Amino acid sequence: MKILAYLETLDGALKKTAFETITAAQTLAKQSGGSVVGLVIGSADTAQAGVYGLADCLVAKHALLEKQSTSAFAETIAQAAKAENADVVILPASSTGKEIAPRLAVKLEAGLAPDTTAHEIVGGDLIATRPVYAGKARLKVKITTAKKVVTIRPNVFTAKKADAAATVANRDFAPNLSDNHVKATVTSVSRNIGKLDVSEADIIVSGGRGLKGPENFHLVESLAGTLGAAVGASRAVVDAGWRPHGEQVGQTGKTVSPTLYIAAGISGAIQHLAGMSSSKVIVAINKDKDAPIFQIADYGIVGDAFEVLPKLTEKVKSVVHR
Amino acid sequence: MNILVGISQVPDTTTKIVIGADSKAIDSKGVKYIMNPYDEFALEEALRLKEKNGGTVTAVTVGGDTAKEVLRTALALQVDKAIFIKSDSADSFVIASNLAAVAQESKPDVILFGRQSIDYDSFQVAPMVAELLDMPSVTMTSKLEINGTSLTAERDIEGGKETVSASLPAVISAQKGLNEPRYPKLPDIMKAKSKPIEERATTSTAARTEIVGMELPAAKGKGKIFGDSDGDISELVKLLHEEAKVI
Ligand SMILES: Cc1cc2nc3c(=O)[nH]c(=O)nc-3n(C[C@H](O)[C@H](O)[C@H](O)COP(=O)(O)OP(=O)(O)OC[C@H]3O[C@@H](n4cnc5c(N)ncnc54)[C@H](O)[C@@H]3O)c2cc1C
Ligand SMILES: Nc1ncnc2c1ncn2[C@@H]1O[C@H](COP(=O)(O)O)[C@@H](O)[C@H]1O
Repeated sequence: MKILAYLETLDGALKKTAFETITAAQTLAKQSGGSVVGLVIGSADTAQAGVYGLADCLVAKHALLEKQSTSAFAETIAQAAKAENADVVILPASSTGKEIAPRLAVKLEAGLAPDTTAHEIVGGDLIATRPVYAGKARLKVKITTAKKVVTIRPNVFTAKKADAAATVANRDFAPNLSDNHVKATVTSVSRNIGKLDVSEADIIVSGGRGLKGPENFHLVESLAGTLGAAVGASRAVVDAGWRPHGEQVGQTGKTVSPTLYIAAGISGAIQHLAGMSSSKVIVAINKDKDAPIFQIADYGIVGDAFEVLPKLTEKVKSVVHR
Repeated sequence: MNILVGISQVPDTTTKIVIGADSKAIDSKGVKYIMNPYDEFALEEALRLKEKNGGTVTAVTVGGDTAKEVLRTALALQVDKAIFIKSDSADSFVIASNLAAVAQESKPDVILFGRQSIDYDSFQVAPMVAELLDMPSVTMTSKLEINGTSLTAERDIEGGKETVSASLPAVISAQKGLNEPRYPKLPDIMKAKSKPIEERATTSTAARTEIVGMELPAAKGKGKIFGDSDGDISELVKLLHEEAKVI
């Protein structure tokens, strides 16, 4: 199978999801006996993609793409997929990837498997695994069309460096776009400067109602700071106005799958677990030994977060030497 | 203003998932079904747009017979019209095609959906409908302003928010925070029972995906749970570093 990997960029550099997308694409190419071509939109330094084994990369440029319109991005990717005769297009299930992929699938008359965590080729068919019911079940879905679109859940396909780094050959790609392809345009972006977002973090330290008030979240923040982690929160504390909505993890907040998730003073309601149960290692700190969070925790401390968090931060410092 | 809102029926968020006999869907026995939580925000936004600009709100649901219940709730909340399309398909393209067909007929200025339905968590229907209708779309909208024939919306992105502008007609998918949904009043719930629900035949769209199987995630082994002594905390840090290798 020929696989087109859409590589996301930010400020001229490839994002972490781009390397994950390359890894997922190469695994699939290996299984199906095929090759991978990358695609970036706009100017970006693609050299780093070679570290992950990508040798061939399209660079799409057009004045209309500067308007950051997902409909124009979808059209560009569709044209590239046709030009390259790609069987599969892989994108990250990021906030923009999730908006592009359904449009792309319609344009290519392709079936779409969204937010996938594993792929297999069975008898020439692509079967994707993905979490459903907020992670309470796993669905295996077969794409029955000739062309296929897949988005991958961030942080699941760990980017793998190639044994020998490749030199990336960039090929210019000029899509044929008109004003009608530009539908909704991004007029401004506000980033939480200097703050790592839970959806992109490798480690998350989350606090819940057990912290008793917003004034105590410095305990969570200092452990997070020591670990280079993002701060997360339960809905109870977001609804109470202790923490911003962007930090909420769970069914109505963000879905995360970091390598390490530390939950302090969080009971482990099913809607919270929905957002974080696919984390690789889960640590719970709760004074109630029967709190449901302990049922999915790999490690736990039964104790008072007010005493445990400062001690934990101190001991972690001696290990991480940050 | 002519507003169309897509609502779906899903199992309650606290449902314990049991896989059904064919291993392709959940066992629906004892499951309580509700309106998809994100669709409550979409419906509320539709009602507010009508209150502000006048016009009509049409609610549409694609699903099995029991899914009509969510349309009763929408009628209790005073939508003007409810359309039901019977289909058991779980394929997002089939659902989107059905919804797009309704839109082609009613020519809405705004089409509202939820961010995702919390059963299959697909996040596909809104951009698919927009593509089928050649319209702009904004997903995960946490703030919406409509002025005449143009809109400005705020949407969540990784580590921040972006502001998007587009012209009407447009498709919007709602994120929590867009508004605070109202509840239906008891007399209105009673009245909604006798209000008409229009039924439409499903389009003849072929599915593009097929469910092969569904399974529960592998059960976690029992975790290592410690007390809160200094020694316990040191042991935890040691295990995170040497055993789990995550710090
Ligand atoms: C439709 C719907 C969607 C939802 N979506 C979400 C979502 O996205 N995310 C989410 O988080 N929730 C969500 N919820 C809410 C969820 O059901 C819970 O109410 C919420 O997660 C509880 O937050 P909490 O664990 O912080 O608080 P609590 O449940 O009150 O738990 C506090 C915990 O802190 C412990 N504690 C108290 N004091 C201490 C101390 N000194 N030291 C250590 N531990 C202590 C207690 O033992 C307890 O376990 C949703 C609910 C619904 C109905
Ligand atoms: N069967 C359906 N009937 C009506 N609307 C639906 C249906 N499925 C999905 N939607 C709408 O599309 C949104 C996104 O759903 P999904 O793409 O399935 O995650 C939902 O929040 C609903 O507003």
